[in-house]
Order: sequence, then C-alpha cells, then structure tokens
Amino acid sequence: MSMKIKIKLNGLCCANCAAKIEEKTAKLDGVGSVSVNFLTEKMILTAEEAKLEGIKEQIEKIVHKIEPDVEIEYV
Amino acid sequence: MSDMKRDIVALSVGIALFAAALLVPENMAVLRFVLFLLAFAVSGAEVIANAFKGILRGNVFNENTLMVIAAIGAFCIREYGEAVFVVLFYRVGEMFEDYAVRKSRKSIREVMAICPEYANLLVDGQIRRVDPDEAAVGDTILVSVGEKVPLDGIVTDGESFVDTSALTGESVPRKVGVNDEILSGCINKNAALQIKVTKTFEASTVSRILELVESASARKSSSEKFITKFAKYYTPVVLVCALLLAVVPPLLMEGAAFSDYVYRALSFLVVSCPCALVISVPLAFFGGIGAAAKKGVLIKGGNYLETLSKAENAVFDKTGTLTKGSFSVRRITPAGMDEAELLELTAHAENVSLHPIAQSIKEAYGRSVDISRIGTSEEMAGYGVKTVVDGRTVLAGNTKLMKTIGADCHDNGEGTYVHIAVDGRYAGNILIADEIKSDAKNGIALLKKAGIRKTFMLTGDTGRTAEKIAGQLGIDCVKSELLPHEKVAELEKILADAKGKTVYVGDGINDAPVLARADVGIAMGALGSDAAVEAADIVIMTDEVAKIETAVRIARKTMRIAGQNIVFSVAVKVGILILCSLNIVGMDVAVFGDVGVMVLAVLNSFRVLK
Repeated sequence: MSMKIKIKLNGLCCANCAAKIEEKTAKLDGVGSVSVNFLTEKMILTAEEAKLEGIKEQIEKIVHKIEPDVEIEYV
Repeated sequence: MSDMKRDIVALSVGIALFAAALLVPENMAVLRFVLFLLAFAVSGAEVIANAFKGILRGNVFNENTLMVIAAIGAFCIREYGEAVFVVLFYRVGEMFEDYAVRKSRKSIREVMAICPEYANLLVDGQIRRVDPDEAAVGDTILVSVGEKVPLDGIVTDGESFVDTSALTGESVPRKVGVNDEILSGCINKNAALQIKVTKTFEASTVSRILELVESASARKSSSEKFITKFAKYYTPVVLVCALLLAVVPPLLMEGAAFSDYVYRALSFLVVSCPCALVISVPLAFFGGIGAAAKKGVLIKGGNYLETLSKAENAVFDKTGTLTKGSFSVRRITPAGMDEAELLELTAHAENVSLHPIAQSIKEAYGRSVDISRIGTSEEMAGYGVKTVVDGRTVLAGNTKLMKTIGADCHDNGEGTYVHIAVDGRYAGNILIADEIKSDAKNGIALLKKAGIRKTFMLTGDTGRTAEKIAGQLGIDCVKSELLPHEKVAELEKILADAKGKTVYVGDGINDAPVLARADVGIAMGALGSDAAVEAADIVIMTDEVAKIETAVRIARKTMRIAGQNIVFSVAVKVGILILCSLNIVGMDVAVFGDVGVMVLAVLNSFRVLK
C-alpha cells in the first residue's frame, strides 16, 4: 500500500537545497513520487506504508544534512 | 533579538570596521590587518559557523563553505579588503534574498488564503468551534456573516449572498437559499447560514483546490527540467575550472603569479552557487499557477502552462461549453396524439437518462414521473433511449434512431429534435433549444487576438444547428453529428493536421477521453464537479469562455518570464566567470553573480503575480 504524506519544511531557505532534498528523497527505497515546493516549504510524497517509519527517518537525515536549520513537521 | 535584527547589527558593525580599516593609512599595516580581521570575524561569523555545520554533516560543497573558502583564500593571498567585502556583500545579499523569498511566499499565501481555519459546529443548539476536519458528513455547521464556508454542504436554514471570488475570480456575489448547494471557500456576505455538511474537509472544494495548486509543482515543464539539470552540472564544472585556473596557468606561463590566479579561482568559487538558477524558473511557474488560481483557473502543472503557451488551435465542445447547456422545450409537434400525451410519454421514456435534453423534457412535463409505469429502459449513446412505458415500446432520440425502425423524419430548423416512436410508429417530435453563452463570442474573439489561429467545434448536433452557432461565434471549422466516441477520432485528425499545440475545451463531464487526448484539456464551469477536475489538465471554475484567454495570457507571460530568468541568470553567471578568469572584474562583482542574480530573478518572477 502506498500513501501520500505531506511534510512541512519550516525555514527552507535555499532553492538548490530544496532541489537536492527532492532528488535524494526520490532515491529512497519505497518512495514513489516526491516534490519539494520551495515556496510553500512543503514536501509531498507517496511512500509505501510498510516502509514509512524508515523513510521518515531517512528524510530527516537528508534534510538536516543539506539544511541543518530546517524544522520538520508532519502534516 | 530576532534573526533579522541580529543580522543588521552584525552587518553594521562589520561595515563600520571595514570602513575604518580602509581609512587607516597604508603604512600602519598591523592596525589595518587587525581591523580587517575583526570586520571579517563579525560579519562572517555566521557564514563560517554554517559552513562548519555543513561540513560536519558531510555536506562539504554548500554555499557557505564555498564563500568561506573564497574569503579565507583571499585573506591568505593578502587581499584582506576583498575577503571582508565578499562576506559582507554575501550577507547583505542573503538578507535581500531572504526578503524577496519571504515576500513571494507571502503573496503566494495570499493567493491561497482560501483555506478556512475553523468550523462552527452546531451540536444540540450549542455552537462549538472546531477544526474543519473534525466535522463529519451529516453534521450541521453555522456560518456567520463575514466567515468563510469551511466545508461543502447544503443550506438548511437562512438565505444570503456569498462571495465566490476566491474560488472563481468572479466578483458578483451568488445568492443561496435553503436546499442550495454551497461550496467551501465562499465568504458569507449577508446573513447567517446553517449548512448540512455533505463532504469531509479533505474532499471539500477548498482542500481539493489547494491540493491541486500545491502539487502542481510536481509536474515540471521542460524549462524547469533543463535548469535543474544545468544547475546539477554547473557547480562541479565551475569548481573544476577554478582548480585548473589556480594551478595550470602559473605552471605553464612564464611570469604568471600564483597568487594572481588563485585570486581568480577564488572568484569562481563565489559564483559557483547555483541557487539563482534553481529558483528562477520554478518560481516563475509557481507564480503563474498562483496568478491563474486567483482568477479561477486551476492549472495542474507547469508542463501544462508551457504547452498552453504554445497553443495555436482551440477545439470546443458545444453543449455546456459554448452554449449554456440549459435546454428548454420550445415546441411539441405530435403525430397521432395530443401534445400533453406525447410529452408525458417522452418524460417517462427519458426518465433513465441524465442527459440535459432528458432533464429539460422532464422539467417541461412539470409533474413527477410515475416509476411504476416504466418497464425496461435502455440508453443508447448517440441515439437516444428505448423504454417500455405502460407496456408500449417508446423510442425517443435523433433521426438515426428513427431510421432503425424505418421512420422517415427530419430536423426542420435550429435546435435539437427529439423524435418519438411508439410501438414502431412515428409519434412526433419535441424541439429543444439551447442558448449561446453571452460571452462566448467575445471569448473566442479574444482567443484569436491572443494568437490562436484555428478554432474548431465538435458536437453531436445536426449540421445545420452547428453551422449556425459556429457562424454566430466566429468558429472556423465545425464537425457535427458526432457520437461521443467519434469526438476522440475527430480530435486525433485535428491533432495530426495541426501546427502548434491543440487545446480542447469541454465541460469535463462526458468528454473525459477527449480532454485526455488533447495536448491540453480544459474543463469549464467545473466548480464543484469532481469528475471534471479529475479529467482535465486545466480547470476553469466559472463557465466564462473568456477565461480561456486569461489562461493563455498567463501561460505566455509565465514562459516569457521563465525564459528571461534562464537567459539572464545563465548569461550573467557565465559572463562574470569569463571576466573573472581574465581578471577584468574581481570578487566584488563575483558576489553580485551569486546573490544579485538571485534577487533579480526572484523580483522578476514576481511580475507573474501582477
């Protein structure tokens, strides 16, 4: 089962970083489509439900590596 | 102290120290150096801290590290002034950048400020303020004057005018009363309304619109794809060039000073950040999608904006798109029975059909249909219906249907004829006419002015009716008497012959395959229709034909601005790189190549929203 999740990335301040986050997240196992919208500071992705927890963890790592000051909030 | 204030204080102190250092006479080298170092420390502290944070997390080549390397490098080759200038200007630029981004985020939020924050739930006569997604289908909510309708529903009490402009771009308020459908996102203007919720928050119009606009950025146009790809190679290429520039000329050329080329290479590092490139194009597209949404036009992706901007042909469905789709019975011509009987039989025969023509016949009949009189009933798409009424087989439909029983009949005039046969005998006809939308003619004229070369109309109507309507509207080419599945084939023929892109405009209810087949499918009058929103690439919330031209205009403007941003940011960056490598300009200009370009690109994208 794949499901759609929305993640708010508060304090996303560099467009290239947003693109990098999108690119890296798309490569994660179990992630379908991803889009990071720099202007709304939101990441929308579809992910396999079974792998969700692992994916969330990975995303947090990716985001903090690229933009250390971003706060992650699940909507 | 807020971040912004702290930034301003740090920068002011930095600038003061920098100015002081410049004023110190050249021969007091130590004092000069100390002042520069202090200025550098004060203004660059945050950049350095961020750079370290990045490196610690394994993200070595981020914007901050590049700037810090450039500045420290400049210090090492004794270009103290340049070093301080780079960090100072970089910080100032970042502040502008921040401001520009914040401002565009704010205007995007304003465009999307249709989201209701709460619902007044009515439970046992008590009002409870809850989150809109806590309300369930069947609950009753109260919407006071000035409040946003939080969920789709049906009015159960009260009468008022609602402002639908956030959804449709339409400024004339709409009247609603008991039993009327009401959509979330409208603002209640006159009097309190009680509404029975028919859709959960997630399924309500307002959520669906927001969802659509937000996820639009996932469908990228080719220019967005180009710039992301370009940016991906840009930084590594520039960094390699910088390295080569620092090492190769001093080794190969006689008299080339190492420090001179290192300086040039450091300037390269300053220009190497791809942010301006990456933001310039998507921002323009997002702006375009936002601007369109504000006018009641929902665009599902940047790619559709791009295609729409290249549109040269427009194909229209007739009923419900160019005409109101509200049919009414104009004349009843019975054969062998009286008018009332014919109407009654036809109303019963058409009971099964949801076609607007069937609806109008039932409306003309005026009484409720007695279901016990109806036997088997079958709808034949493109022909009509075959229903057993009072034990008699009634056929109601077009001339093609009549031909199947050998009845010879004609459509004598404009409008749609429903011919009726009872037990194989022709029983007369009912003339139904539709009305052309008042702005259809103007809308098509505007489209032609906007550069649409050829217009087509597809319809199931007879040739004569279709030709007349097309003539009135100024449509170039008519394909009539089409069965629903033939519309796709017709569109394919048009696509095969067409130069440029082809837009199909329909009501999105029974022409989903045609919408999907066109280069861009536009559904009109789609407010509240899930099917239409699902099927189309672009959704026009009102039923104004002129909105198509609005969409085309926004698409063209967006593409123009995105193009300017690409050319401008790439050209300036490459230009500055060349000038830096020749030592015509220094690090000071290079900083502009980073933050300056970004700020200008953001400001330019702003224009789309206007």
